[in-house]
Amino acid sequence: MPAVLSEAFVSPAAGTVPSALAVEALSLSFGGVTALSDISFAVAPGEIRAVIGPNGAGKSSLLNVVSGLYQPDRGRVWLGGHSFAAVPTDRLAKLGVSRTFQNLALFKGLSVLDNVAAGLSHRLRAGLFAQVIGLPAARRERAEGYARAEELLAFLHLDGVRDRPAGTLPYGMQKRVELARALVARPRLLLLDEPMAGMTLTEKRDLSGHIRAARDDLGTTIVLIEHDVGVVMGLSDRIAVLDYGRLIADGTPDQIRNDPVVIDAYLGVAHDLEAGEGI
Amino acid sequence: MTDLALEKTAAAAPHRASPALLGIGALLIVAYGVLPLVASEYLFDAILTPFLALALAGLGLNILTGYAGQVSLGSSAFMAVGAYAAYNLALRLPGVPFLVDILLAGLVAAAVGLLFGLPSLRLRGFYLAVSTLAAQFFVQWVFNKVGWFSNNSPSGIVTVPPLSVAGLPLDSSAGRYLFALGVVTAVTLAVWRLVESPTGRALVALRDHETAARVIGIPVLRVKLLAFAVSSFIIGVAGVLWAFAYLRTVEPAGFNLDRSFQILFIVIIGGLASLRGAFLGAALIVVFPLLLSRLGEALLGGLFDSGVLEMSQRIVLGLLIVTFLIAEPAGLAALLDRLWNRAWNWISGRFRRTG
Ligand SMILES: Nc1ncnc2c1ncn2[C@@H]1O[C@H](COP(=O)(O)OP(=O)(O)O)[C@@H](O)[C@H]1O
Ligand SMILES: [Mg+2]
Repeated sequence: MPAVLSEAFVSPAAGTVPSALAVEALSLSFGGVTALSDISFAVAPGEIRAVIGPNGAGKSSLLNVVSGLYQPDRGRVWLGGHSFAAVPTDRLAKLGVSRTFQNLALFKGLSVLDNVAAGLSHRLRAGLFAQVIGLPAARRERAEGYARAEELLAFLHLDGVRDRPAGTLPYGMQKRVELARALVARPRLLLLDEPMAGMTLTEKRDLSGHIRAARDDLGTTIVLIEHDVGVVMGLSDRIAVLDYGRLIADGTPDQIRNDPVVIDAYLGVAHDLEAGEGI
Repeated sequence: MTDLALEKTAAAAPHRASPALLGIGALLIVAYGVLPLVASEYLFDAILTPFLALALAGLGLNILTGYAGQVSLGSSAFMAVGAYAAYNLALRLPGVPFLVDILLAGLVAAAVGLLFGLPSLRLRGFYLAVSTLAAQFFVQWVFNKVGWFSNNSPSGIVTVPPLSVAGLPLDSSAGRYLFALGVVTAVTLAVWRLVESPTGRALVALRDHETAARVIGIPVLRVKLLAFAVSSFIIGVAGVLWAFAYLRTVEPAGFNLDRSFQILFIVIIGGLASLRGAFLGAALIVVFPLLLSRLGEALLGGLFDSGVLEMSQRIVLGLLIVTFLIAEPAGLAALLDRLWNRAWNWISGRFRRTG
C-alpha cells in the first residue's frame, strides 16, 4: 500500500509539526531472517498508534530499534527532533521515551512502590554519599520520587499492593506495575509491547481506559503493539500493519478494517483466532 | 478477591516493624552492655570476634552478590588487601590514627575491587565468577612474592601492632571484641542506609533486569562498578578486623580460596540480599564447627581427631548448603521470618481466644 504509506509519512525533517516518533527506511535482519524491511512511518504528538501483525512480523523488533536495544542495518529513527542511526538506550529516558516489554521486565525483588519509583532513576541528582548520610537534597529527591510513584499507584489502582515484592503478584497486575513504572516519569512517548497479553476482557478494558487516560491527561504519545483487534480498533487513532517485516498498511481504524491486503494477511486470520480465545 | 487477600498481607507488614526494632535494640544492649561483662576470653577470641569479622565480610559480599547479582569467588583477596594495607599504613605512617588507617585500607581494597570489577562490564554469571578467581589467585600471589608488603619478614607472617584508638588501649580480648563491634555497627548502619537508598534499589534493579534498568536510565556500568567498590571496601575493612582484632597476625595463607568460599557460604546460608542473613550465616559458620567437634567428641571420644573433624565439617557443611539451596534459597533469614510469623500468629490466636 504505497499510497497509504506516503500519505502517513510526512518527512520528519520537512513536516511542520515535528513527529513524536518517526522511522525512516528501517531495515534489520538476523542472519537470514528479515525482521524489518524498509519501514517508514511517523507518529504525531498525542496520537495513540497501534502496530499490529502476525507473530514474527517484526513488531517487537521495531520497538527494540526505537529504544536502541537493536541497531538497524539501515535507516534512521527520529525522536523529539533528534535523528539517530542507533538510539542511545542510556539516554532514552532523558529523551522522554519509556517502554514496557512483551515479557515481564519487572524488578522482581523490589516492592511495587520501588519498581515504580525506579522509573524516575534518570532524574536522580544526589550522589551515593548524600543518600547514605541523608543530606536534605537527597531526602527531598527521594520523598518526591515516592510521592510521584504513589500517585501512579493510585492512578492504576495498585495502592493495595504497594509494599509487595513485584514478583509475587499475579500476571495481569505485574503488567500494570510495568505500565506504572513506564508512566511515572511522564514520558512524551510511551512504547507498549503487548501490554494486554494474557489479560481477561475486563482487565483489557480497564487497561485501555488507563492508556487513553495517559494520553488525555498527560499528553503522552503512545505506540502500542496489541493482538486483540477489537481493543486496537477502539483505542487507536491510527494503525500500522506489519507482515513479514514489511509495512503493508498504515491508516485510521476504518481504513485498516476495510483494507483487503490487511484482511488477507492478518485480520481474516486474527478474527478466527479471536473467536476461539482472546490471544 | 485477590486484591483483598493481598491488602491483608500488605497491612500486616508494618505490624512487625516495631518488634524488629526492639529486637535490634535488645541485641545491641546484649552486645555492648552484657557480653563485655560476662563473656569469657574464649568466647571473645574464638567465637565473637571472628564472627563479627566474617559477618562484615558477608555483608560486603552480599552487596555485590545478593543485591547487585554479581557472583564473586574472590572475597578473601579483598580481605587480604585491607589487612595488608592497614598493616603497612600502621607501619609506615605511625602518626596516623588507626581509624584513619582503616578507612584508607578500605579505600585501597575498593580501588583493587574496582579494577577486578572491570570484567563485569562484559562478563556475567559463570564467566564473571571465574574472572573473580583471578583476583583471588593474583592477590595471594602478590602478597607471597613481594616481601615489601610483609616488611620483608622471612616467614611471610607479620604480627600487627596492638590495637588502640585515640590513646585508649584495646588489646584485651574484650577490647578487641568491642573495637570490632564498633566498626561492624557503624558499617552495618551505613550499609542499611545504602540498601534503602535509591542507589541500593538500583543495585537490585540491575540484578533483576539489566535491560529494563538501562531503559529507565539507571547508569548500569557505573552502578556495577560502584557495587564492586563498595563491596570491596567493606570486605577490606573486614580483613582489617580479621587481622587486627582476631588473629593479630597477617599472612597470605589466611586469605585463601577456602576463606572466599566460606564468605560465599555465609551469604548463601544466611540469605541473599538480606543484612540479617550475613550475621545469621556468619554465626552458623563460626559456631557450627565447634558444636560439631563437641558432638563428635561426645559420641566417638578419641576416635574423633582433627582429621575426622575437618572431614566431617566439610561433609556436613556441604550437605547444609545443598539443603539450603534446594529447600530455602532465601536462607536462614527467611527461615527465621517464617518461624517468627508462625509464632506470632499462634500467640495472637491464643490472645484472641482467651481475651
Ligand atoms: N534477537 C533476535 N535474534 C534473532 N532473531 C530475532 C531476534 N529478535 C527477533 N528475531 C526474529 O525477527 C523476526 C521478528 O520478530 P519479532 O520482532 O519478535 O516479531 P513480533 O514481535 O512481531 O512477533 C522473527 O522471525 C524473530 O525470530
Ligand atoms: Mg513481539
